[in-house]
Amino acid sequence: MKNAQAFSSQISDLLVMVERNLLRYVRLPQLLVFSTIQPIMFLLLFTYVFGGAILTQYASYIDFLLPGILVQSVLFGALQTGAGLVEDLNKGLVDRFRSLPMARGAVLGGRTLADMMRNIFVILLMISVGYMIGFRAHEGFWNALTAFTLLLYLGFAFSWVSAAIGMLTRTVEAAQVAGFIWVFPLVFTSSIFVPVNTMPDWLQFFARINPVTVTADSIRMLLLGSPDSAELASKFIAAFVWIAILLVVFVPLAVRLYRRSS
Amino acid sequence: MQSITVAGVRKSFGEVKALRGVDLEVQKGTILGLLGPNGAGKTTLIRALATLLLPDEGSLYVEGYDAVKEPDAVRRLIGLTGQYAAVDEQLTGRENLVMVGRLYHMDIDAARVRAQELLEKFDLADAADRTLKTYSGGMRRRIDLAASLVNRPPVLFLDEPTIGLDPLSRRGLWGIIHELVTDGTTVLLTTQYLEEADYLSNNIVVIDRGVVIARGTPQELKTRAGGDVLEVRLSRPEQAIQAQAALTSLGDASITAPGVLVLPLPGNGKALPHAIRALDGANVGIEEFELRHPTLDEAFLHLTNRIV
Ligand SMILES: Nc1ncnc2c1ncn2[C@@H]1O[C@H](COP(=O)(O)OP(=O)(O)OP(=O)(O)O)[C@@H](O)[C@H]1O
Ligand SMILES: [Mg+2]
Repeated sequence: MKNAQAFSSQISDLLVMVERNLLRYVRLPQLLVFSTIQPIMFLLLFTYVFGGAILTQYASYIDFLLPGILVQSVLFGALQTGAGLVEDLNKGLVDRFRSLPMARGAVLGGRTLADMMRNIFVILLMISVGYMIGFRAHEGFWNALTAFTLLLYLGFAFSWVSAAIGMLTRTVEAAQVAGFIWVFPLVFTSSIFVPVNTMPDWLQFFARINPVTVTADSIRMLLLGSPDSAELASKFIAAFVWIAILLVVFVPLAVRLYRRSS
Repeated sequence: MQSITVAGVRKSFGEVKALRGVDLEVQKGTILGLLGPNGAGKTTLIRALATLLLPDEGSLYVEGYDAVKEPDAVRRLIGLTGQYAAVDEQLTGRENLVMVGRLYHMDIDAARVRAQELLEKFDLADAADRTLKTYSGGMRRRIDLAASLVNRPPVLFLDEPTIGLDPLSRRGLWGIIHELVTDGTTVLLTTQYLEEADYLSNNIVVIDRGVVIARGTPQELKTRAGGDVLEVRLSRPEQAIQAQAALTSLGDASITAPGVLVLPLPGNGKALPHAIRALDGANVGIEEFELRHPTLDEAFLHLTNRIV
């Protein structure tokens, strides 16, 4: 009984924090614009400027590109998790939360979950833009839903990475700079924009194990079909293993750093 | 009955020794004013009591609970208004208060009712549904205070609560604090306004460079700062130096404003006639004079040796 009560109040703390963070996106729509405008620009730029010069196994480059851009947009979105937390920390709001008898993980969990919900919106928007410029998925609803879920989990896992880095850097600017330091290599040494087999051997090794590559490839195969279902299975499992590793390492790390940051 | 007990608390930030062994006690249902110059360690002590930072040494108890070992129990009993407003700028005043209420696990209706009560009490009902971005500094301060009262905490920590409030709001807040204490709340308050400490506090603790340098009631501290002082306003301000010279046999008079001299005059005013005669003898015109107790400001400066 007592445990059940403690559990329900933890859930309630988490929901209050999710609601508060979502309200911020309603009040500050520019936050949403930032997390969508950049991927949309990449989408248009690569489709119309570089796309003609990039050969993929797909009939049109947009088919290859869009699944990758979806992964890129959840990674860029993850950067906001850390920056937002640092802002709360520096504005003293976290002091208020810390002086309340609330669940320990709720401040971080509320932020990362809210950012996951924001990603639902971002992904749907990106897919709509993709459809406008010629992208077509044709593997059915369940595959699309699986791809969607995979993207949300990846974004969630990277939100925790970003949260931990934010807790370490302590200023919004430093959190953003530190974020780009890990996001850029992950995004560009992956299969988001070009097939990995065009890269030099040493880079291919990194690009193939990159969580961004395995996720982007899984999503491509889920949305567009794959001649080799064993390949899909292995990429999909690799993506989930990555997500699990990131969560197991960074959730406790972020929570510990949060508790100590005083 | 003790509500707050602090014993032997030390805290360093790297090289900086913010607290170097502080002891203090606050009786239930009273107000303790914590005074000290900038950097004395007031905020550090409040943060340690509010479970926001761990002391390096020493113990802190709130209503019998150990702030280090039982932080959750302490958090249920305290309200905190920090030196800087801790509110969410993107939410409205009402949303902020309801959020805090729900984080205290009130049900949502109770949280709404309480929010409305506090908005009215702090004169924010008109601005309740505006986001805090549009609030003035004083309004933010008040919503922050309101947030610390949501749970009707038996123990309240206020770190410079009236900073940035206009005189009317300040008086209003004093009234609210008085009311809370009458109802049994214990308050630990820091302030830079000595008249505020004088007016509100049952007891005062003065800390400087991380140690307690004086404690007592406001009256005791004023007495300890020396006896009465004579304040003289001259009819011709340019005679100030002349007047100072005339008074040397009685003590060192200081010129505190153009044409105003303050002379420490212990001995319950027995020396007053001598002072008047000395000035008269030097042909210094007196417009007004007053024999009075030192203010807490004077006591504070005396205690912290910032002016001799
Ligand atoms: N997080 C921190 N890191 C490093 N030094 C700190 C930290 N917090 C406080 N200090 C130092 O500890 C000392 C005491 O600071 P504190 O904020 O407690 O003073 P205060 O009495 O509240 O001063 P004020 O009247 O200016 O608010 C100061 O020298 C301050 O620089
Ligand atoms: Mg302070």
